[in-house]
Amino acid sequence: MKARTCWEAVCTVDDLVADSGIAVWTDDGPVAVFYLPHRLPALFAISHTDPFSGSNVLARGITGDINGEPVVASPLYKQHFNLRSGQCLEDESVQVKVYPVLLDGNRIRLEVQVAQAASVAA
Amino acid sequence: MSKQTLIVIGNGMVGHHFLEQFSQSPAAETYRVIVFGEEKQLAYDRVHLSEYFTGSTHADLAMGTADWYADQGIDLRLNEPVTAIDRNSRVLTTPKGEYTYDQLVLATGSYPFVPPIKGNDQDGCFVYRTLDDLDAIQASAQSAKTGVVVGGGLLGLEAANALKSLGLQAHVVEFAPRLMPVQLDDQGGALLRQKIEDLGVQVHTEKATTAIVPGSDARLRMNFADDSHLETDLIVFSAGIRPQDTLARACGLEVGERGGIVVNNQCTTSDPNIHAIGECALWNNRIFGLVAPGYTMARTLSAALNKDTGAAFTGADMSTKLKLLGVDVGSIGDAHGQTPGARNIRFHDEQAGHYRRMVVSQDGKTLLGAILVGDNGPYDTLLQYALNGIELPANPEALILPESEGGAPALGADALPDTASICSCHNVTKGDISGAIDAGCTDLGGVKAETRASTGCGGCAALLKKVVDSELEKRGVEVCTDLCEHFPYTRQELFHLVKVNGIRTFRGLLKQYGKGQGCDICKPTVGSILATCWNEHILATDHVPLQDTNDTFMANMQKNGTYSIVPRIPGGEITPEKLIVLGEVAREYDLYTKITGGQRVDLFGATLSELPEIWEKLIAAGFETGHAYGKSLRTVKSCVGSTWCRYGVQDSVGMAITLENRYKGLRAPHKVKMAVSGCTRECAEAQSKDFGVIATEKGWNLYVCGNGGMRPRHADLFATDLSDEELIRTIDRVVMFYVRTADRLQRTSVWMENLEGGLEYLKQVVLEDSLGIGEELEQHMADLVDTYQCEWRTAVEDSEKRKRFREFVNAPEQKDPVQRWTSERGQRRPELEAVSS
Repeated sequence: MKARTCWEAVCTVDDLVADSGIAVWTDDGPVAVFYLPHRLPALFAISHTDPFSGSNVLARGITGDINGEPVVASPLYKQHFNLRSGQCLEDESVQVKVYPVLLDGNRIRLEVQVAQAASVAA
Repeated sequence: MSKQTLIVIGNGMVGHHFLEQFSQSPAAETYRVIVFGEEKQLAYDRVHLSEYFTGSTHADLAMGTADWYADQGIDLRLNEPVTAIDRNSRVLTTPKGEYTYDQLVLATGSYPFVPPIKGNDQDGCFVYRTLDDLDAIQASAQSAKTGVVVGGGLLGLEAANALKSLGLQAHVVEFAPRLMPVQLDDQGGALLRQKIEDLGVQVHTEKATTAIVPGSDARLRMNFADDSHLETDLIVFSAGIRPQDTLARACGLEVGERGGIVVNNQCTTSDPNIHAIGECALWNNRIFGLVAPGYTMARTLSAALNKDTGAAFTGADMSTKLKLLGVDVGSIGDAHGQTPGARNIRFHDEQAGHYRRMVVSQDGKTLLGAILVGDNGPYDTLLQYALNGIELPANPEALILPESEGGAPALGADALPDTASICSCHNVTKGDISGAIDAGCTDLGGVKAETRASTGCGGCAALLKKVVDSELEKRGVEVCTDLCEHFPYTRQELFHLVKVNGIRTFRGLLKQYGKGQGCDICKPTVGSILATCWNEHILATDHVPLQDTNDTFMANMQKNGTYSIVPRIPGGEITPEKLIVLGEVAREYDLYTKITGGQRVDLFGATLSELPEIWEKLIAAGFETGHAYGKSLRTVKSCVGSTWCRYGVQDSVGMAITLENRYKGLRAPHKVKMAVSGCTRECAEAQSKDFGVIATEKGWNLYVCGNGGMRPRHADLFATDLSDEELIRTIDRVVMFYVRTADRLQRTSVWMENLEGGLEYLKQVVLEDSLGIGEELEQHMADLVDTYQCEWRTAVEDSEKRKRFREFVNAPEQKDPVQRWTSERGQRRPELEAVSS
């Protein structure tokens, strides 16, 4: 069964910070949204939860690129996560969830699963 | 093919090391391994036995775990002593049964020698070797006041340390005229004695005990041959070791005249199927009572059992470096100068309590041995000279003189021969390292992975890097000093480019001198450089994405994503009113409160959105940001100084406040700590800081580039008897020179160690202005002082900047569900189980 999804509006362009991330709350829990104005596309969204600590902090990491791929470094233990795939660069077995993201006029929308059983920070 | 059986008797440090080596080798596949241990515990670290009395448990001291043995498929049988060996049928007997072996390893160690003194077996007499011995000593010590150790050697002093940590008045009784007679000479022994007596341990030398009888004031009385006596509640014999060769004797193996199982270079006994390693083995008529030679034997035997025909034990260096009761003692090679024609160079500083002796060959070209008491600083360099026969410099005395008197810097990597041991944990030589580089390793990480060098205790890290760099350079490989993949420059070069070209943004620098988008290495580095050069607010739009999270939110992130707050308390001086405000704020937001080592108060557990509210309250009460989050000045610690203290000669608090207010907010390559002491008693511990100031009758002495923490370094005396103005001018110059020339995340201590020309060069630049940049450095500092702003004040007053402090931008009321709390000792703390995987 394919889970039902919707494009949830989470914030506006004014909320974004260039070359950095912000955190939003969605039906699917906390998500980090990054705005990298020098790339195309410029918006990326991954889970806000750092899989190594379990804490919600990834939006507060430093962004950049490694071998051309967009990444964020966890502010706690400094592992890098590919913003396009969610793959951790230091540990092959670790991935964070990636969310499709689009700009709709002035609004940022994320494609998230419609909440069924409440599962916070999953 | 059915497996053969290898049995190891003895589960001590050497036996365990053998199993570690052997189980990783190809031959492990062809053997079933059984281990018998007499003690009930798994192999543990006997070298650090005295730590058992200061809180370490068997688990802390254990060399391995039962799981490890199970994983290796080793049949571990503890508390099962072997009682007999039948060599003809190759069968062992224990109380529980009989076992057949194909190959047998004796790692039975040694037992303590108890001098044949009448009455040495009564209650209150102990030996010091096993955890059971220690348990017995501890039980007896509970009702005791005094304790005597018989034996003033290495182990005896360890035992004295143990008695002291049990709270006993400790005595050491030694038969010889000095302590550590094997390793030290009279002068060194006398200094060690003085230092140990200063620590409250009584030392009695030239005492031959004739009898132990019941005492009148204490439980026991020791009578000495010179008719004197000593009363004590317990006695620990630690007068040397004897090889544990009982089983070997009983089954007819060849043993030495004075004990020890005779082995050849492959550690095999007179029976080709039986081997012996460690303290029970007698090689070339010698017993090796240190752990390192035992490990070498273990490695040799493992290789020999793998049919490595080249494996051979060829003796071992008995040089030792240790801390006894906190006193450095080192002894290298022919410490007593017994080589014919040997000459001595001695340096004895009674003031500092340092004794150093070098024994050099007749022609003065080779170092034969050395003795160090009080400071082991020169040990590593001296050992390399002695072990490798490196020709001594024309003025060999420089090796043991303090640096300020023309002492020589440490030996360069180039001067070391291929046989020089770089990593003693994994037995890696300089030759192994150059071999790894020839085999394709092109950087430090590769060499570490290939050779395992510097992956044990890590003590050789700096030396390893020097060797790798020099070997790479020799091969024409340019050592890459690029900051990261985005900038082909060092931090120092980037600083220069920013300053000279007036570049004010990261984008601007990237466009002109870099490539790509940047990363978590170059962004904060450039952010720090821009802050030092132009001092714009770290949350200015262009700079926000450059900062580490702690700088971005001007607080220190903790493991659950909340932050801690440290307001500045200059010099550690605070009014009761301000102290009350801190308490009130902490109570209102339920913040866990702790006093820091830098004389201020840390408030933990604030959420992102609470930070600006909390700071509004703190600023209203007159607080400023403490920069605990930044690579910048932390605190200037101080003692109370001449205003209150009867010993103080200057106002240390006043000077600390002046310095803290002057340098606060300055962005540097790493954090910077300072301290000011009001007299030579040094209560502010200034010599462990990046900048330490100590008051004198005439002014201030300045110490630079000290460090506490992981790798402590005493600060170097830089200038003496400075006036207030001279002190500030000197610190201005040193700080700015550090900020301009250091590498990323390089503390002043490491900067100094890597500065070509070292302390003397820094003195020339700063005190004599040899580069002619003194005024420029002072001007730069003055500009920074003039443009200081409290980052938090600016942030809370700016609604745009405050927007950054929203936990979830679309849900202001949403609490972070993983931040769960519990309480401990009356305060809130994170629930540890909050972490999910």
